[in-house]
Amino acid sequence: MAESISIADHLPAQSRQCLSVLALSKYFGDLAANYDVRLSVDHGEIHALLGENGAGKSTLVKMIYGILKPDSGSMELKGQSFKPDNPSHARASGVGMVFQHFALFDSFSVLENIALGLDGRLPDVSLAHEIAEVCDRYQLDIELNRSVYGLGAGERQRVEIIRVLMQDPSLLILDEPTSVLTPQETEQLFTTLKRLSEEGRSIIYISHKLDEVRALCDRATLMRAGSVAGVVDPRLETSRSLGEKMIGERLNETKRSVFTDAGKSKPRLIVRVGDIYPESSRKVILKEVYLSVAPGSILGIGGVSGNGQDTLFDVLSGEVVLPNADAMILDGKPIAHLTVEQRRSKGFLTAPENRLGHAAVPDLTLWENVILTARHTRSILKNRYLISGTKAKEFAEEIIQTFDVRASSVNAKASSLSGGNLQKFLIGRELLGRPTLFVVSNPTWGVDAKAQLFIHQELINIADQGASIILISQDIDELLSVTDRICAICHGRLSRTFSTAQMTPEHLGSLMLGQEVEP
Amino acid sequence: MMYIEPRAVTRWYHEWLAVLVALLLTVLTVSFVLALMGLDPVTSMKLIFIRPLNSNYGISELLAKATPLIIVGVALALGFRAGVWNIGAEGQLVMGGLCGGAVALVFYGIDGFWVLPLVLVGGALGGMAWGAIPAFLKVRFNANEILVSLMLTYVAILLLSVMVHGPLRDPDGFNFPESRLFHDAVTLPKLFAVGRGHIGFLFALVLAIAGTWVVKRWHLGFEMRVTGLSPRAAKFAGYSRDRTIWMALLIGGGVSGFAGVVEVTGNIGQLVPNISPSYGFTAIIVAFLARLYPLAVIPAGLLVALSYLAGEAAQLSLGVPAASTQVFQGLLLFFLLGTSMIVNYRIRFGRSI
Repeated sequence: MAESISIADHLPAQSRQCLSVLALSKYFGDLAANYDVRLSVDHGEIHALLGENGAGKSTLVKMIYGILKPDSGSMELKGQSFKPDNPSHARASGVGMVFQHFALFDSFSVLENIALGLDGRLPDVSLAHEIAEVCDRYQLDIELNRSVYGLGAGERQRVEIIRVLMQDPSLLILDEPTSVLTPQETEQLFTTLKRLSEEGRSIIYISHKLDEVRALCDRATLMRAGSVAGVVDPRLETSRSLGEKMIGERLNETKRSVFTDAGKSKPRLIVRVGDIYPESSRKVILKEVYLSVAPGSILGIGGVSGNGQDTLFDVLSGEVVLPNADAMILDGKPIAHLTVEQRRSKGFLTAPENRLGHAAVPDLTLWENVILTARHTRSILKNRYLISGTKAKEFAEEIIQTFDVRASSVNAKASSLSGGNLQKFLIGRELLGRPTLFVVSNPTWGVDAKAQLFIHQELINIADQGASIILISQDIDELLSVTDRICAICHGRLSRTFSTAQMTPEHLGSLMLGQEVEP
Repeated sequence: MMYIEPRAVTRWYHEWLAVLVALLLTVLTVSFVLALMGLDPVTSMKLIFIRPLNSNYGISELLAKATPLIIVGVALALGFRAGVWNIGAEGQLVMGGLCGGAVALVFYGIDGFWVLPLVLVGGALGGMAWGAIPAFLKVRFNANEILVSLMLTYVAILLLSVMVHGPLRDPDGFNFPESRLFHDAVTLPKLFAVGRGHIGFLFALVLAIAGTWVVKRWHLGFEMRVTGLSPRAAKFAGYSRDRTIWMALLIGGGVSGFAGVVEVTGNIGQLVPNISPSYGFTAIIVAFLARLYPLAVIPAGLLVALSYLAGEAAQLSLGVPAASTQVFQGLLLFFLLGTSMIVNYRIRFGRSI
């Protein structure tokens, strides 16, 4: 099959194409999610689909995979008119898709999960043989008899990929496949994808990680506001120029102006505690936590999600109170026994990863959500008992202005904002409270590139003004570009802390996988 | 196939539209059932829903019935917003009536402006104590408040029965299980010359307004709302779950108890084994009919009170069984829950994705 590319090169343009999308449009009410979208993917091509959140990438691939039906326009697959009614029809025509969120049954084995995805197959020996063959061919390493419950995100993704490959697709769609992977796992995935493309299979690769797209893809279609903004060769672009084309304006670079030497100044916060058992037995136990952060310094805590970050965050924010007050020392005073409110009054503010349902109440308006954390600092409470709606609205308005939040008004429900805008609002809610210590978890998760840069810049700004920041994140680029010092958490154990200047993505990746390294 | 999906946009009037549709469906279903029984639906509907309101006496009766429904409805609206499912308001109401009534009997024959307030406070405290039991058990042992408060209702009803059969029985009452009639100083004044409408209705109006104030302006009301909407966000904000549980059940119990003592001092005038035709349970319907807005509890309470009158009228003039009241109320709750789902979800036909 490897020679299919060379054969394809001699064929006329039409038969070189695996998929061609012509003038596809899709409306949700008045909103054009896709308008006049054109896309062509050759056989054996890895084609990137780039764009901010809400640019219409998902809508497009959902139409290709038969989940949504286009309002107008047409598609051709391998020269035939292609109108998938539903995903099983698309699968039968040779289109496979790996979603961002996995659909696996935790209590079943890998083999059983794969069998479930194939119509009419039983998890028997013959299937196991076929799977083993596929795994071998694409260097996908997995134990078929393990139960999915114990698998990490990378392994789960491999199960999904195998499931799709068992259907022998000619076009494979991957939706942000690397968002949950470590650099090493990403490398492995790329090997597999390159192998697939050598066999003549086409791949549509959705991502907003520009470096990856440049390393992997032959062509990139840029989407902006539901339309195609251009088709480029990503290898001829820089990450920056790609980003600018994607957003349609020039970007400012974020860089720490001063890398503070944390060794010199006295730490603002020291956390030193033995094992911490979370309230739910399904969460990871934290082991011998030790960390410290100095004024004006940003400490990054890397790690693949699900390695104890949520418990660590709860301990820091005060949602889980430790029995031993000395476990946390803020400016020389023990604070581990203090409640969330008492910590806030000391300038110790936090912003959790989960925006809706943790940082904000989805069904409440923006100004009501302000009351959750800013009620004491902004004299929103009169006589401790009454809420001043005017004061709360003023503060919400101030956040909207200062942090450039796109919202219809302070009366908009939190759930009505896009991920990036809500995140800007929630980060703004804390930052305008002038924290001396700020703990933030995955602040740019699911946030578009522009908002990402903005949030990074704001974090750097308050650190430059002397605040201490703990940034819990699984985004390696973010950790390397924003922090001063870095450690990683794996299976509830924190690694040693290193200076960011000494760090490379590979080192950080190893740390996130629990391997101790000397950079 | 049919499937449901969440609505992308909901507007504020949708929920009231749902209430309207529920009312309409209830009326239609009742008409249909009446037609099945061989009665003319239009005339019968007039007879049972309109005629009871045609006289001052009818209006007075309506207010008398609506009073406990509105008072308890306000209490439940607050608690349900906090996600605390106090199903035992009936028991708290009965305990309020019993304790308030007991205070009235202790001070039997004593006049003085302070006796009536004492009786009312006694009733509220009785209901509050009864609400404190499920609160304590939930906070301490995470016991389900729905079960505990519901079961305690039957305990309260039996306790009332024991008391009026025993210690509180009227010594001159020929062994009937009834207390003495309360003396005038502890009886709530009537509103009109006719009927049983009493100034308790004004208390109900004041409580509904106060309830709105608590929900809209008080930090406590906000705290309870946040806890009900999103427990995790409440914890992050520093709001205590235990505090919300205590407040919801103490307020719910206290106000329901107040409704009980208002009922015995305003309406019944003595303690009897059966002081409430399930007002505490029916108030659940009232609270949901009002979409948990305390001010909307007033019209909702009046409407449901009408269903009691309608049931009585149906018995008298159409000869249908006494259970018809419960049928009206059951249909109403059923359609309310059904339509309120349609506010947030839409039904689609075709294959789900």
